[in-house]
Parts: sequence; C-alpha cells; structure tokens
Amino acid sequence: LIPRICVAAAIAALAAAVLAGCGSASTPSASTPSASTASSPGSSPAAGSSFPVTLTAANGSVTIKAKPLRIVSLAPTATEDLYAVGAGPQVVAVDQNSDYPTTAKRTSLSGLTPNLEAIAKYSPDLVISYQDANGLVAGLKKVGVPVLIEPAAATLADAYAQIDQIGQATGHLTQAHQVVTTMKARIAAEVRQAGSSHQGIEYYWELTAKPYYSVTSSTFIGQIVGLFGLKSIADAADKASDGGYPQLSPEYIVKAQPQIIFLADNQAADGGQTPAVVAKRPGWSVIPAVKDGEVIGLNDDIASRWGPRLPQLVEQIAQAIERASG
Amino acid sequence: VTRARGRRLPAARAYGVAAAFLVAATLVSALVGAADLNPLDTIAALLDKIPFVHLPSSLSSLDRAVLFDIRMPRITLAIMVGALLSVAGAGYQGVFRNPLVDSGLLGASSGAGLGATLAIVYLGQQGPEVVPIAAFAGSLVGVAIAYLSGAVGASGTATLLLAGVAVGLFLTAVQTYIMQRSAQDLQQIYSWLLGSLSGATWSQVSEILPYAVVSVAIVLLHGRHLDVLSVGDEEARALGLHPARVRLIVVAACALAAASAVAVSGLIGFVGIVVPHAARRLAGPSYRLVLPLSLLVGAGFLVLADTLARTVVSPAELPIGVVTALIGSPVFIWILRSTAAVRT
Repeated sequence: LIPRICVAAAIAALAAAVLAGCGSASTPSASTPSASTASSPGSSPAAGSSFPVTLTAANGSVTIKAKPLRIVSLAPTATEDLYAVGAGPQVVAVDQNSDYPTTAKRTSLSGLTPNLEAIAKYSPDLVISYQDANGLVAGLKKVGVPVLIEPAAATLADAYAQIDQIGQATGHLTQAHQVVTTMKARIAAEVRQAGSSHQGIEYYWELTAKPYYSVTSSTFIGQIVGLFGLKSIADAADKASDGGYPQLSPEYIVKAQPQIIFLADNQAADGGQTPAVVAKRPGWSVIPAVKDGEVIGLNDDIASRWGPRLPQLVEQIAQAIERASG
Repeated sequence: VTRARGRRLPAARAYGVAAAFLVAATLVSALVGAADLNPLDTIAALLDKIPFVHLPSSLSSLDRAVLFDIRMPRITLAIMVGALLSVAGAGYQGVFRNPLVDSGLLGASSGAGLGATLAIVYLGQQGPEVVPIAAFAGSLVGVAIAYLSGAVGASGTATLLLAGVAVGLFLTAVQTYIMQRSAQDLQQIYSWLLGSLSGATWSQVSEILPYAVVSVAIVLLHGRHLDVLSVGDEEARALGLHPARVRLIVVAACALAAASAVAVSGLIGFVGIVVPHAARRLAGPSYRLVLPLSLLVGAGFLVLADTLARTVVSPAELPIGVVTALIGSPVFIWILRSTAAVRT
C-alpha cells in the first residue's frame, strides 16, 4: 500500500506542475517582460546588432554579451518565436515537446524537468525556457550561460513582448517587430469581420476531460475569445485558488448551456476528445453547442501556446462565432 | 476466530441495517449535485420510472437529461463498483486468512495502472475507449502473473501473498517509468490513477454487468468454503475441501470483480479493506454473512463517497480515492478500536 501512496503523491506534485506549466500564468514575476537595451536605450533597432544587451525577463535582468549562435530552447512557444523571428539557424537544440516548426532540432531535452548536464552538452550561449525548474537559471549561471524565462503569457501584450524580447536577445529585433505587427493586423482583421459584440454567446473551453478543466474570461485564452465579446461559462465557478482555470462537473457544464464548445484536448495525443466523442457524452446532447454542431476541435498545440501562430487560433474562433451567430 | 466486544446484530437485522444504508445513500445522492435540481420534482421523476407509478414532475427536459443521463448512471456505477471492490476485498481476505488484504492485491491495481498507462501513452491514437479495456486486461494479467509466480506446489497462502506484493511493485515501477518518459500524458494518467466516476454512462453499466454478476455470484457461493478454510488447510482437507482449488476459484472470481470495477473507475483504494471489516463489525466473522453484507455496505459507501466527491467543492470535483481514504481511515480505526480482537 505504502509505495502506491508515495507514487501517487509524487504524481500529484508532478501533475500540478504540468497543469501550472500548461495553463496558468501565475509565475513568480508576472510582470510584463519589458525589453530594454542598456547600450542603446530607445534607439531604433539597427537590425538588432546591438550587443551586449541587457533584458528584463521573468527571472530578472539578463545580459547577453554577444549575438548568441548556439541557442537551446526548452519551451515550445519560445521555439516557435525563435524560428518566426529568423533565429532558427542559431538554434542547436529544442526540447521534446517543440514540434513546430518541424525543421526545429528536436531532442530529448525536457523543459518540465530540465537536466543541466544534458543541456550543457550542447554548449549553449543562450537557453530559453518557460519555467525555472530543477535550478535551471542558477545552475547555468555557474557555467556562464544566460537563461531567459518566458512564462505563459497572461495577456496578448505579454505574448507580443516575448516575441520582441526573443528577437532582441537573438539579434532579430526588426523581424520580431514585423512578426508582431503582422499578428496584430491579422487578429484585428478577424475581429472586424466576425464582430466584437457577441455578448449574448457563452462558450465552454475544454482544456482537459476527466476531470473537465476550463478557462474563465480573464485568462489569456478568455481574453482572446473575449475580443469577440463572448463570455465563458466557467466565470461563475471560478474561485481564487483556481487561478482562472476552474474544474467543472459535467452537471454544471450541461446546465450552463454553452452555445459554442472549444476543445483544446481533441487531438489523439491530448486525450482524443473529438467533437464526435463529446457528442456521445451522456446528457450532453441537450447542450445547444452539441445540438447545433458548434463543437470546435482546435489545434491543441496552437491553443496551448502563446506564439506566432495565435492568429490561426483567432481565425478558428472567429469562424465558429460567425457560424453560431449567423 | 474473531471475538467482538461490540454489539453484534442478528443476521436479519444486519441485512436490514446494510440495506437501509444503501437506500439512504442512493436517495441522498440522487438529490444533490452541481445542477441544483428541485428535490421534490426529482423524487417525483424517479418514482415515475417505477412500473405502474405515474407521478407528474415539472422537471425541464434539460433537468431530466442531467438526472437520467449524468447523475443516475453515475450512482448506478458507484453501487456496482463499490459492491465489486468490497466483495473482492472480502473474498481475498478469506482466501488469504489475512485482514490486511484488499481488492488491489496480487498485482490487480498495479496491473490495471500499467495497462491504462500503456494505452494512454502508446494507443492514444485509437481514442479514449481503449483505456478501460487495457486496464481490465492489465488487472487480470497482473493477478495471473502473481498467481503463477507464487503458486509453487501446495505451499499455502504466504508465498502467494508475497509474490503478489513483489509483482505489484514491479508492475508499478514499469508504470512509473513509462509515465515519467511521457510528460505530455502525465495529467491524463494521473487523473486515471486517482480514480473517478465522472462521465459514467449507462453503456458502462451494461458493459460490466455480466462480469459483475458472474464474479459476485461465484464469490458469494463460496462463503461456506471460506469459513471452512479459516480453520486452516489441514483441517479443511479433513472436512473434505480442496483448499488449493477453492483458492484458485475465489481468487479468479475476485480478480474478475476487481478488474471490472477498475476498468470503469480507475484506482479507488481503501474500499476493499474497510468495508469487509465494517461487515464483520455488524454481523461477526462468518463469510456467509460478511460477503453479502460487504456487497450492500460497499455499494452504499461508494455512493456516499462519490456524492461527497462531486458536491464538496462543487462545481469542481474531488478524486474519489481521496474521499474514500479521508472518511475510510477514521471509520476503519473506529471499527478496529470497537472490536476487541480482529483475527480472521
């Protein structure tokens, strides 16, 4: 009996870490990562060739002495950011979950439980992750490797600031600005087309099934869906300790009668809760979203990251809203 | 032989108490939940289902869906899982003449855990339906391995029990290794391991019903054999019993019962150990009474535990394993203290 309980406790701790890493933005320093150069404050970026550069990330002030040429990314979002701003050729290794772009040099490295020696083997000159686990920052500081912690974004502005910061850290600030500008324009166009005043529509966003975890309107995802005026059914269930990611019982979800259901767990690797599976859940056939076929299987990866592919997520949401309101 | 200091009830009264407990737990459970259904209308809607009873109920079609598609299958499944785990636990305790044994023994829980983990990690492409099948198969394979490893000659129960512990630890180690290697699936594996009846369906009920009926019937029919076994193998043989054969049959039936429960609920600890002791506290040590009483008390206990699991932090839910241990442990200690000597 005892070993099983110990294992269960260890699993519980680990799973809590996973949940925190995947969803919540409650990182120690929740301040917006604001980029600032020490050498050329306020100056317009000259193709980002200004090194050394000092940046303020979630782990405080980080100085990068020269343009990094051996970057290790332990965060799928950071990997996408790096390749989007044109720093791909400088990346030597990405973690096991960084599956986009497919050309990224995927390794068995882990951002959840980073192994310092395994990272050091790539002799990196910059490491980017989403959390400071296993003494990552302090350990790599000892061997003189700067680490940027880019935690889960709490707002769209955070997501843009991280792209800018990664651009600046790698010598690609101009391209980073272009990426952000394009993202903003695409998202604005989607909101214009679908409309921003759908206050009457309520949605259920499913992070996981068994148990059902959702998002409130104040989370990163909630703000993105909120661009169109929609409200989350999870708002009424939110408690302070949930951090915006409350667990909901099936009775609650059915009774809340959401008009749209977004599934961020519908791909096989994330639980395979496809629209067809959801329609077969007991009692769910009385939910308007199920009756009207407004159960949307999202690209789970895009929906759980805060990188350059966000406009694709916004587009998928916009299409669902246009159908539901049309 | 158990000597209870506490009051022991005659068989008929013990059955009455256990049945009343189950009915009360079921009724309470049907009336509460996150959806806040009107209690009177809910009772009317439930009574209306009884043949020849017609009662008007003003439950909306939405509320009916919540009651009959979400809440009632869940309660029914809780009754079945609680009964299966408790009967399996009592059966194992009889076979091994050891009151510390529970339904997860002999690699049943660890085998199921490994099966479910393998399915989640490697068969995720096939959809979520494969997990219960893999857990069911894993549980039975776990018991089979443990039984074959431990059943050397006619050396009795201790070897079998120890082999079961070793096989269980081994399977858990493999399962933990695989889980650690696939961080992406941690949340899914973890929530399966903690056990839950959320998402129960009528089809789950009908899927495990045949296994449940057969396995429970076999165990219940062996109450007298277990009573004879409790005096020792030699004496049992003298009374014309074949101890090894009885053990094999009861272990197989208990394994089937536990595997059926685990397939639909995940790992729910403590039920299989605490409920048989409660049954003994009610009616004494004879397995002819302990087994059927465990069925009734276990069903009521799990319905009650699941009701707490889905209401205490509503609309969120607690893992049911947390609830069974939280209320099970103090109750268990109270039972132990109110019984002078527990030897079976």
